[in-house]
Formats: sequence, C-alpha cells, structure tokens
Amino acid sequence: MSSVPLPLPRSYLEEGFSLWSWLATIDHKRIAILYAISITLFFFAGGIAATLIRMELITPAGDLVSADTYNKLFTMHGVIMVWFFLIPSIPSTFGNFLVPLMIGARDLAFPRLNLASWYLYIAGGLFTVGALVAGGVDTGWTFYTPYSTMFSNTHVIAAVCGVFVVGFSSILTGMNFIVTIHKMRAPGMTWFRLPLFIWSMYATSIIFVLATPVLAMTLFLVAIERFAGVGVFDPALGGDPLLFQHLFWFYSHPAVYVMILPAMGVASEIITCYARKNIFAYRSMAFAVLAIAIVGFLVWGHHMFVSGQSIYAGMVFSILTFLVAIPSAIKVFNWTATLYKGSIRFDAPMLYLLGFVGLFTIGGMTGLFLASLALDVHLHDTYFVIAHFHYIMVGGSVMAFLGAVHYWWPKITGRLYPDRWARFAAITVFVGFNLTFFPQFLLGYLGMPRRYHEYPPEFQVLNVLSSAGASVLAAGYLLPLFYLLWSLRYGPRAGPNPWRATGLEWQTASPPPVTNFATIPVVTAPPYQYSPLEDARRG
Amino acid sequence: MWSFPLHPPADSSLATRVDHLFYAWLALAGIVTFAIFFLIVYFSAKYRHDSRANRAMPSGATLRRESHRIEIAWIVTPLVLFLGMGFWAAGLYYAHAAPPADATEVYVVGKQWMWKIEHQSGQREIDELHVPAGRPIKLVMTSQDVIHSFFMPGFRIKQDVLPGRYTVLWFTADHAGEYHLFCTQYCGTDHARMIGRVVVLAPAAFERWLASGNASPSMAEEGKARFRQYGCSGCHGASASVHAPKLEGLFGRRVQLSDGTSVIADERYIHDSVMLPRKDVVAGYEPIMPSFQGQIAEEDLLEIIAYVKSLRDAKPGDIR
Repeated sequence: MSSVPLPLPRSYLEEGFSLWSWLATIDHKRIAILYAISITLFFFAGGIAATLIRMELITPAGDLVSADTYNKLFTMHGVIMVWFFLIPSIPSTFGNFLVPLMIGARDLAFPRLNLASWYLYIAGGLFTVGALVAGGVDTGWTFYTPYSTMFSNTHVIAAVCGVFVVGFSSILTGMNFIVTIHKMRAPGMTWFRLPLFIWSMYATSIIFVLATPVLAMTLFLVAIERFAGVGVFDPALGGDPLLFQHLFWFYSHPAVYVMILPAMGVASEIITCYARKNIFAYRSMAFAVLAIAIVGFLVWGHHMFVSGQSIYAGMVFSILTFLVAIPSAIKVFNWTATLYKGSIRFDAPMLYLLGFVGLFTIGGMTGLFLASLALDVHLHDTYFVIAHFHYIMVGGSVMAFLGAVHYWWPKITGRLYPDRWARFAAITVFVGFNLTFFPQFLLGYLGMPRRYHEYPPEFQVLNVLSSAGASVLAAGYLLPLFYLLWSLRYGPRAGPNPWRATGLEWQTASPPPVTNFATIPVVTAPPYQYSPLEDARRG
Repeated sequence: MWSFPLHPPADSSLATRVDHLFYAWLALAGIVTFAIFFLIVYFSAKYRHDSRANRAMPSGATLRRESHRIEIAWIVTPLVLFLGMGFWAAGLYYAHAAPPADATEVYVVGKQWMWKIEHQSGQREIDELHVPAGRPIKLVMTSQDVIHSFFMPGFRIKQDVLPGRYTVLWFTADHAGEYHLFCTQYCGTDHARMIGRVVVLAPAAFERWLASGNASPSMAEEGKARFRQYGCSGCHGASASVHAPKLEGLFGRRVQLSDGTSVIADERYIHDSVMLPRKDVVAGYEPIMPSFQGQIAEEDLLEIIAYVKSLRDAKPGDIR
C-alpha cells in the first residue's frame, strides 16, 4: 500500500456528464455527491429559519413574526436540521464516499439500494417541503402528544410522513454499511486495522438499523391517532401521552449519537494526520464508539425527569447517563494525548477539528449538569438545554463535518482550496459559534424557557449578544461556499495525497477512478503510520 | 431594561442547595475543560512541526505499560467524580420528591393558554399564585388539554402538567416577594404568554388576601354543589336506589377492583372513575356508570375531588 499505481482509468467525475448519468448512478462516490448537494440545500433552508428566530429574539416583544409563524419556524429549523441535515450529514456523504475506499472495496455491498436510499431521502424531503409550503407545522421537532395528534391545526401528517420516509433512507444506508464492513474488506484488512472512521460508521449503522424502526412505528401511531382518532397517546381517548415520549426518545436519544459518532470518526482521522502521530490508544477508541452506541440505547429517560415518570426510573436513567459520558471522555483525552510529542500542523481541517474537541468538551460537560437530577429539574426545557445540544450538534457535528469537507475535498474533487481563506472561515465559525451559544447557557440558568416567541425584558441583553454572534456564525458558514466552489475551477491539482496521510483512500488517484483501485490493495499494517520524528526532521 | 442579571433570585432552601450543586458542577467542569484546553494549546505550541521539541518516545513495552496506566487513571477518576456528583443530585431530588404531610394543597389546572388556580378556601386566580411565606405548599396539577409544565425558576422547580393525570409540585417560599411563573412545555400558539407570577406574602398578609375579594364557598362546598349539579348524588347519595359504590370515607383507602387488583383511592383514581369509569371497576359492582369525558371541566372535577376528600371521615349515609 505504499506505491501509487501509475496508469489509471478515468475518474468517477469523468464517467458521464449528463444529468441522467448522475441521477441513475450506482457509484457510491457519485451518490455521496448527490447527498452532499441535497443536505447543503437543506442546511441553508434550516439556517434561514434559525436566522429569523434569532432576529425575532432581539427584542422581548414578539414583533417580527406572529406567534404561530415563530412556532412554525423553530419546528422547521428542528425538523430540517435533525433529519435532513445532521443525521444524514457525515454518514451519507463521507460514509458513502469513504467506506469502500477506506476498506479497499470497489463499492458498497448494495449499490442500487444505496441509490434507493438517496431517492427515499429526496421523497421524505419533498413531503417535508410540501408541508412547509402548504403552511407549515407548529409541533416542534419532537411532535409531543397530545398536542401533535389532537390539538395542532397544522400539517402534522405531511411532516410526519416526510420523517417516516427519510427514516427508511437511514435504515438502508445503515444496513448497507454493516454488510459492506463485514464482507467487503480488502485482504489483510482485519477489524483492528480498520480506520477509526470506519468504526464510527459501523457504530452509527447499528443505531440506524435498531432505532429508526421505533421512530417509524411511533410516527405511524401519531398519524393514526390524528387521522382516525384511535386512542394511543391522548388521555381523552384512553391513551397515554408519556408513552409517546418513551417511544420518541428511545429513538431520538440514540439519534443524538448518530449525529456525534461520525464526527468522532472524522476527528480521529484528521487529528492523527495533522499531528503526524498515530492515534493514542486505537483499541480504546474503537471500543468507545461501540460502547456509546450500545449504552446510548439505555438513557432515553433522561429527557423525561420532570415529565411525571417514576422518580426511581429517573435515578436509573441518571446513573446510566453518567456511564455513557465515560467513553466520550476517553475519546477527548485520547485526542489530546495524540497531540503529545506530535509534529503538529494547523491546516484548515485541523483547526476545525481542534475547535470540535473544545466545543464537544463544553457540550459534554454541560450534558452532565443536565444528567444531574435536582439540577435538571431547574434547567430542563430552558435555554441551557438549547445551548448544550447546540454545542454538541453544531459545535461538535457541524465543525467536524466542515473539517471533513476540507480534509477530503482534494480527494473528492481533485482540487486544492486556498488554505488561508479556509483557516479564516474555521476561526470565524468557532468565534461566531461561541458568541451565539454561550450566552444561552446563562439565559437558561436565569430561567428563560425554550420555544418562547416573547420573553421578560431582563433576558434581552443576553439574547442580543446571541443574535449578534449568530450573524458572525452565518458569515463563517457562507465563506466556504465561495472558496470551495472557486477551487473547483481555479484550485491547483491536488494529486493523490496532498496531506501525506496514510489511509487506503489516499493510495489511489484524486478524484478516484470509478472502480476506486486499479488492483485491490493488500493490507499488511494498521491504518495509521505516522512518524512525528521523521516529520519534524523534514521541518 | 438593560439590566444584566447573571443569577436568578433564589427563595427557598431547595433553591440554595440546587445553586450549590450548580456551582460545584461549574467548578468541576471548569477544571476538566480548562485542563483539556490548556493541554491542547500547550501541545500545539510545543510540538508545532517546526519546533525543536524532544519527540523521543519510550520503546514498545514501556510505552504500552505507561499508556495503560494513564488510560485507567482517566477512566476511573472521572467515573468516580461524575458518579459522586450524580448521587449528590439524585439525593437532593429524592429528598424533595415527597411533599410534607402538613403541606397546604393548592389546585392548578393548565389550559391553552392560562393557569387556573384554586385555593382550598375557594379563592380563585388566573396566572397568579399567591402563597404564604414559610409554609409548605403542595400544588396538585392537571391539564385540560395538552401537556404544560409549571416552572418557578425562583424556586428551581418545575413539573410537567399532564391531561388525565395529577402531578404534584411542592415548595416552601422563604420571603415575601414576586417571582416568575413560566409554562415550559411547548403547548401551542401562545405558549410564550402562558406566564404569570408567584406572589409570596407574609402569613398575615396572605390571610388578608385570602379573605379579600368576593366571599366564595370553599372548594369542598363548591364540589358538593357540583356533585348535585352533575347528578352524581343520584347514584352515590344515601337515598339512591342504584347499586353504586359509597364515597364516604373513600379517599386514601385501598379499593378492591373486579379484576382482582386493588388501588389506593387518590386524586387520579377518582378522576379516572369519572372520566373513564370502565378502567377501574370496584369489585361487586356492575360497570353501569356513564363517562363524563367532555362534559365536566377539569377545575369542576377538582372541586368534586375536594368534596370527596372532605368526606374522608364521613359515615355511610352522610351524602344527601
């Protein structure tokens, strides 16, 4: 795996130029691009909703949009960002592109199924966009009953259908990854020679396959109760509203790990590469993602400490939540230890991922505040929770996603972007993010509830700070759009391995040929082969 | 308007103890986060690729042994610390779970988008809760429609308010003052306007407040009137010819059900017996009672429950 085969066939980008050659492709790399374009569109749609929310909250009075519009905006923001951006983000783009390349395969196990998942994603997206165009949904992304089933006058069923359908896209992608990782590894690619990104995809896929069906059933029950008045959740019909919360969080808590595990995989690849040092404690890192995926199924009740569930259940869920924090802590410590005696470079991907580690640490630590029962009673459903999960999902997942975009951009497109601009964008995002979300921790402790369209005047200063930060953050998110698109035409050719990285994906051309490798590589060593001493001698 | 509070007012011993827990977490989380940030910055500076730092690592076996030692240290240390904090928080939560027996009950009904509150003396208020300082107050809460949540940040407590169920929240205010009351479970259009205030009065002032306004009958007396108005007394009264369970002395007692199980006759049991009479059928009785679902408002039902509670020590035949 050290030499680059010389004569390569055409790259996957040159295989066809018609629209049909893209829409009917079964090449995992092209499907990854289809996903990348779709999730980017949804990201900016969800971002527009967030912008309007932050603008409304500049003043205590509800003066920019009506209460109903505000409720639809935060619902749209949540639904789009969770199901149409964060959950598919890294798995569907980088997972699709990289899983076969990293394990030395020519494609995923089921290429047609892979294309089918993209079409399901688009179908789910159309339902959701349809619900928004028709007038919107106001239930919040959590669809709590009986509000969603019996009281809301908005397009709940259409939105629920969209989420139901997009769930099958997750399930199919998860199945595809699991089979591929089990059955299609190159000769010599043993489990403990898998890159940590592959381990994170494997853990993510397990959650996709086990948790998403529960969401599908739950949403189906919501639709049945709303449509046909069958009493499942509404007590007036003999149902139980807490049943919905149990079912919903049984899916949605593991779904949080779907959003962060891939980011952890990206962090492990990028930090080791730019520190020029092998990741510290590879096996712990692999077992930690599995532990998070498994224990993550047992903590859903921590969303329900004040819901009226039994106090004993609350105590069990609290302890399990502290346990699931440990593997996450191990990962943070191991990334930090990887830097020790490395030979560190600060290219844009590394800046994004160092930012990721910092923000994920703050998000994780504040999660422990919320796992503490007596404290959660005060903080639950306040802005403290909003700040906490944005530190994980935006500070964590989106930072890692952007880091991944910059790290694998030369591999995917064959071009280099201007690193100076990229570093500037990384710093802008980091600063803007903290300005936006740190004040929300304070707001939460002061008692400002979430999903409030207007608020008591004493909360204004912190809200103005948050909104001001959001404008910096928005600028940081728009910047890459420009220089990355610019690089497609004007960027210098990258060559197969611009970062001198050691994974299999760097041993083939950039962009890779349709079949990925001229000959299937034979793997003889672990994935990371970095030597800080040697690198430092190069200067 | 441009005030900048960093700390919400705290007016109960629980609030102070929750604050202590919060500051302890801030300290611990601050130390951990600072340590990680410091190491990242320090390593980044010291081991920049163009620095001349010593990068020699110990050889294979030594490295593996030392790495394992470090790993065990940073697994066990946070585990012990985090679980310790968790037990502290759980202890506080557990200690505050059950209201004291002598707490004064106040009844709360949440509905889109207001809080309706009724005191045992019959005094009613909307979006305001008047309580005396120094006396434990137990809120018995239910919802007319969707899930709401009763949040009093000044006392660091909240509890979801569910339709078809009674939840309880209790607190003892220390001083006279005014505090926020928020709904924190999203409940539709005017969720953000389902707010109000908690007014804590000195005990004497509270007694004056209770006596002020229109002299209203107590909740139990109102409940007695409702009991007749909805026709309950036709079957459950002393002169009824229908074979229906007697309600005198019922509240708090264990009731045998026809399916062989038994339940304690609490607020929820009485609520469900009215709204969903086929759910808990008393042993020895036919399920002939009609449901009052959709016909009786939650606040009226609370008054009937108050009436049934007032019959705790009554003798059979006292209902007329």
